Amino acid sequence: MMYIDNLFFAILLSIGIGFFTINVKKLIRNINLGKDVDRSDNSSARWRNMAMVALGQSKMVKRPVAAFLHLIVYAGFIIINIEVLEIIIDGLFGTHRAFSFLGGFYGFLIGSFEILAVLVLISVIVFWIRRNVIKLKRFASNDLNGSPRKDANAILYFEIVLMSLFLIMNATDLQFQAMNNGNIISQHLNALFSGLDIAQVEVIERVCWWLHIAGILVFLNYLYYSKHLHILLAFPNTYYADLNAKGKFDNLESVTKEVKLMMDPNADPFAAQPVDENAVPSKFGASDVQDLNWVQLLNAYTCTECGRCTSSCPANQTGKKLSPRKIMMDTRDRLEEVGRNIDANKGVFVPDNKSLLNDYITTEELWACTSCNACVEECPVNISPLSIIIDMRRYLVMEQSAAPQSLNAMMTNIENNGAPWQYNQMDRLNWKDEN
Amino acid sequence: MSEVINVPTMAEMMAQGKQPEVLFWVGCAGSFDDRAKKITKAFVRILNRANVDFAVLGTEESCTGDPAKRAGNEFLFQMQAMMNIEVLNAYEAKKIVTACPHCFNTLKNEYPELGGNYEVLHHTEFLKQLLDSGRLSIEGGQFKGKRITFHDPCYLGRANNIYEAPRELIQKLDAELVEMKRSRANGLCCGAGGAQMFKEPENGTKDVNVERTEDALETNPQIIAAGCPFCNTMMTDGVKTKEKESDIKVMDVAELIANAQDL
Repeated sequence: MMYIDNLFFAILLSIGIGFFTINVKKLIRNINLGKDVDRSDNSSARWRNMAMVALGQSKMVKRPVAAFLHLIVYAGFIIINIEVLEIIIDGLFGTHRAFSFLGGFYGFLIGSFEILAVLVLISVIVFWIRRNVIKLKRFASNDLNGSPRKDANAILYFEIVLMSLFLIMNATDLQFQAMNNGNIISQHLNALFSGLDIAQVEVIERVCWWLHIAGILVFLNYLYYSKHLHILLAFPNTYYADLNAKGKFDNLESVTKEVKLMMDPNADPFAAQPVDENAVPSKFGASDVQDLNWVQLLNAYTCTECGRCTSSCPANQTGKKLSPRKIMMDTRDRLEEVGRNIDANKGVFVPDNKSLLNDYITTEELWACTSCNACVEECPVNISPLSIIIDMRRYLVMEQSAAPQSLNAMMTNIENNGAPWQYNQMDRLNWKDEN
Repeated sequence: MSEVINVPTMAEMMAQGKQPEVLFWVGCAGSFDDRAKKITKAFVRILNRANVDFAVLGTEESCTGDPAKRAGNEFLFQMQAMMNIEVLNAYEAKKIVTACPHCFNTLKNEYPELGGNYEVLHHTEFLKQLLDSGRLSIEGGQFKGKRITFHDPCYLGRANNIYEAPRELIQKLDAELVEMKRSRANGLCCGAGGAQMFKEPENGTKDVNVERTEDALETNPQIIAAGCPFCNTMMTDGVKTKEKESDIKVMDVAELIANAQDL
């Protein structure tokens, strides 16, 4: 009988981890659909960034209430997971509380898990109230209509259920209660079950134990479909984030080559170009997810849709359609669509007459951006919606000549007379003699 | 106010076989916009007073390409950049100062990859250096005790993490520096960046410059200080929209310093 339990547990665990591995592979494949960008430099600054921003949550403190509650859930998530290790050992080898030989230290561990579990429960309930009762502006936004809102609540329900199962499991574990070591919270819950006979309590304990580990495995596999993926991707995302000054926009090298050719009086425009076997006909800027770089795609998967970017965006605050959060959500949705297309067509993307531009993100949103970097500054995990906006503007301007009329006039002026307005370059020093 | 200003050009300097200490990059707004030209002159008066050996490019200067790059026109940006770099390198420019955060950001961050490597300073940083080295003294004059709030230009602040230099200069005026609820890294854009200056805003419920002017008005200031010709325009328009132009002036930090000592 015992062996059947262990076997069943092993099967459950391998299915859970197996599916998760498949999803991780899909995630990596999708991110690699993006163009290459070199972020292998300056690893010490990158590790520091990751330690400060992801591990240390340094950018969360700007909003202290959310930061405090988030810190509890985050610490709870990491620390309570030590308990999962024991559950796995117990499950596989039929032991009961394999770590209990640690004695007083075990009591200390479990005691802290129980306290954290209660704090997590409280925090998650406050999170739920902020979303569903108080309806904070960034959570009530239209960006989240439909599945994103359900996703956000599903994560909270998951956490409530998992924490409750953990506490009930401990409360109904008679052996554990008899040890009276670390049952700091569960000893009080134990009274709830005092009317039941021992066999019934044991059944409740087993049911909670199994549901708890099964729930964890389901939650693990839910991540890929959820904004909750940030718990894993915040780390690589902060590591690979742009380290340059925020004002520095990347240089398009493909353009540099052409401009140099144009400006070189000795260049022969008809000279045969060296043939590059792997050369893809170059496209300037981005109209779809494959035109973005892999860090931008990683950004999209990392976004947890908290909406700090949108709430700080000057365009959004003044009623324009632009929402930096929506830019990230659209990028992920389109990337997922492209991924499903590849899955359905034996590993090859079959054009679907859709693109990130127009089908997801409209030009009206793109042209409303002031490039002020408020969204980039605000993001707790160093995502840059701005870089995607600029890459899409580049496509509109350089591939489609589709800039707003007034911007075309500005650019014509720069081209003709070296200033965005129609003034003669020869008059540039006139101010000196004017009064 | 002294009307004689001395503005040598790089070409004149070169003809005399001289290399100035610093090249003053005036920028398009500083050269052509009526409001911004006053800022340019105020800055020049300070440079003259502090005996700074500087020169401008004059008619050899051209747009840095910033608005083209923010609009997505990388071709035009790089053409402008490479032409400017050719001129700057021909004059062997080492140190550049500019009163426009957009020119500043582009010259400092985006020119190096195209072959233009210079030490680039925003005019508030440069003035701070003059002050620290004792070449410039700042007195409060008419601004003593005035309530002044500083609006952080995005391309100076968030884009390049320069928040203190303009504030330290304002404090030297013995003025009362008051902060808006959103300032420094949290500062709200004036609405002009990203080439917005040159187009109508998209449909919305409000103009960004009005939203930002409301932030400034909450501090009940006598002067709104700016460090960018475009912010200056946007905030001036905002103050007019709010019909406060008779009570509140929008001024560049350089103008505050120049006016305080009747330059």
